[in-house]
Amino acid sequence: MNLLEAPMRLAQKHLRGGRIGWVFVTPNLSVFGLFTFLPIVIDLIYAVTGGNQLFPAQRPYVGTANFQALLACRNYLDPNTCTRDLFWHGIYNTAEFVVLQVGFMVGLSLATALALNRPGRARGFFRAVFFYPVLLSPVVVALIWKWVLQRYGVLNAGLGALGLAPHDWLLNSSTAFFWSVFVSIWAHMGFYTLILLAGLQAIPRDVYEAAAMDATPPWRRFRRVTLPLLMPSLLVVLVLALIRAVQIFDEVYVLTGGGPGTSTTFLVQFIYQTGFAQQVREYGMAAAASLLLAAVLMALTVLQLRVTRPRK
Amino acid sequence: MSRLATMLTARRGRLARDWTDWASLAYLLLGVLVMFLPVVWLFASSLKTDQALNAFPPTLLPWQPAQVAVPGHAGTLPLMRVTAGRFAGERLAELRHIGLVAQLLDPARPGPVLHIPVRDLKPVLHLHASWSNFTDLVRRFNFLGYFWNSVLITTLATLITLLINSMAAFALSKYRFAGRDAVFGLMLATLMVPPTIVLVPNFLIAARLDLVNSLWGVIWPGVATPTGVFLLRQYMLTIPDDLIEAARMDNASEWRIYWRIVLPLSTPALGVLAIFSVMWRWNDFLWPMVVLNRSSAFTLPLALFSFQGDLQTQWHYLLAMTVLTLLPVTVIFLFLQRSITQGIASAGVK
Repeated sequence: MNLLEAPMRLAQKHLRGGRIGWVFVTPNLSVFGLFTFLPIVIDLIYAVTGGNQLFPAQRPYVGTANFQALLACRNYLDPNTCTRDLFWHGIYNTAEFVVLQVGFMVGLSLATALALNRPGRARGFFRAVFFYPVLLSPVVVALIWKWVLQRYGVLNAGLGALGLAPHDWLLNSSTAFFWSVFVSIWAHMGFYTLILLAGLQAIPRDVYEAAAMDATPPWRRFRRVTLPLLMPSLLVVLVLALIRAVQIFDEVYVLTGGGPGTSTTFLVQFIYQTGFAQQVREYGMAAAASLLLAAVLMALTVLQLRVTRPRK
Repeated sequence: MSRLATMLTARRGRLARDWTDWASLAYLLLGVLVMFLPVVWLFASSLKTDQALNAFPPTLLPWQPAQVAVPGHAGTLPLMRVTAGRFAGERLAELRHIGLVAQLLDPARPGPVLHIPVRDLKPVLHLHASWSNFTDLVRRFNFLGYFWNSVLITTLATLITLLINSMAAFALSKYRFAGRDAVFGLMLATLMVPPTIVLVPNFLIAARLDLVNSLWGVIWPGVATPTGVFLLRQYMLTIPDDLIEAARMDNASEWRIYWRIVLPLSTPALGVLAIFSVMWRWNDFLWPMVVLNRSSAFTLPLALFSFQGDLQTQWHYLLAMTVLTLLPVTVIFLFLQRSITQGIASAGVK
């Protein structure tokens, strides 16, 4: 690292005051520029050009044709009447997924954090077990569950032992959707549990002791003391979970491949497939869909910044 | 057992025990089953042979039909236990069965062929851990290559991330220069642009820079993280400026101040970022899938994904490879459990 010292000394000689700061931010800023800001511009160019050439100069200008194709539906409640039905299936599936996954996951994370917040010596162990799946690769998560859920897997064997009929869990639309939600909750809830647990531990003990003096019943204690004091953490968790859920792809794609049919195809999978996995790669269509997704995410991120940085 | 029970129910509070304590303990135990059993099941299954994996209902331990060598016969024959009839209780080797009658031999004294109805026979099972699932991955499927790619990407990307993010954080927390707040705002704004949105353009840029199928193509786009800059900046703000002034008095260069004073003092925050970065990189999937399409450049998750397409019928290899992919993360977690969970809880970002 002393290799860098000589050029930095030289730079220091020529830059007065704090301007040396620019040298320190340059590497980070150039990576951002090249792989975040420039791509947004290119995204805009792709979205208004057609054809399947990769290099923007060779792509014909088509105006808003890509957006029009994506948004053309005879009946917006029925994805099958849309020109790009997969896009609309993606939108509807993603919306349903977001509501179910975020709702149940935040609820379960809260329950888990409350249970973990009680004094006891094995808490570290329990916390570790709930957190462990967060560290696993989505591909690993999906394969673990694929193995459990397969036709001759342990779940069906367990059901058989109870005298229940086996199911092809991932070959049926509604059960495949259920397991997509379940598996992604399984994989991520430990993270949100930790944040909520940290929030719970920041609540001063004497508040609870006062409640105990007054013989407040548990449910009331939760409603009137815990919940209001935990609200800031809960909001952070909610918004972070929303941002992640809208971008659901990895584990479900490996688990179900988006199927059966289109029942577990989500927006990001549409973008990936349209841009990279088809015979004819439609970069323009993929970029247009990305921009629509970006608009949603931008709104959610503004919400996040509001929630995480309360005004003084 | 009773000590375990005391341990699980021990509490230090003076508050009276009520039903919520029992409910929460029951919930946690159920949670452990749901969270951990699938992983245990994966580990147990990965030790089974292809044949044992096909048994239904499945068993937790790798039970395997026993084979026995019989003098005068090539290879091995399946060993059977006779459950009824004249030979009840004996263990015999099965030659073949014709219809409902099997032909068997006593493996120790191969005399005349015995004829016994199939319904009176049960295969003898023994425990057999199929370590060849793992060794075959190395011998037949370039596992070490994928592993090396993953290790290389994770290590290099994390080192670069730590270096350039801490440099930026240092400048943003310790200097006043025109445009500083704009730079900080710009970096925070990148929070709004998750990688999924710039997938297509990044592929173009990677292609332009000749980074497709190169490990650097995976590394570069993600090394500047808004999360990292923010985390480190907040931490560095707590380092007193007096220290830096004192170093300047001693004629230390700005780089030396960064490298010798601020960086060592930021170790806790750097540790949290390192954990995040390792986690992101080791598990990264979508971008590597887009930018790497030659199998020799695959990372572990990519190899695993392409395996599950190609080896649908060879679960024994697939499971072994899944285990090897999660093993490094698991080992690290076992050792650093406390600092990882506390670090993430304190940062509250991902």
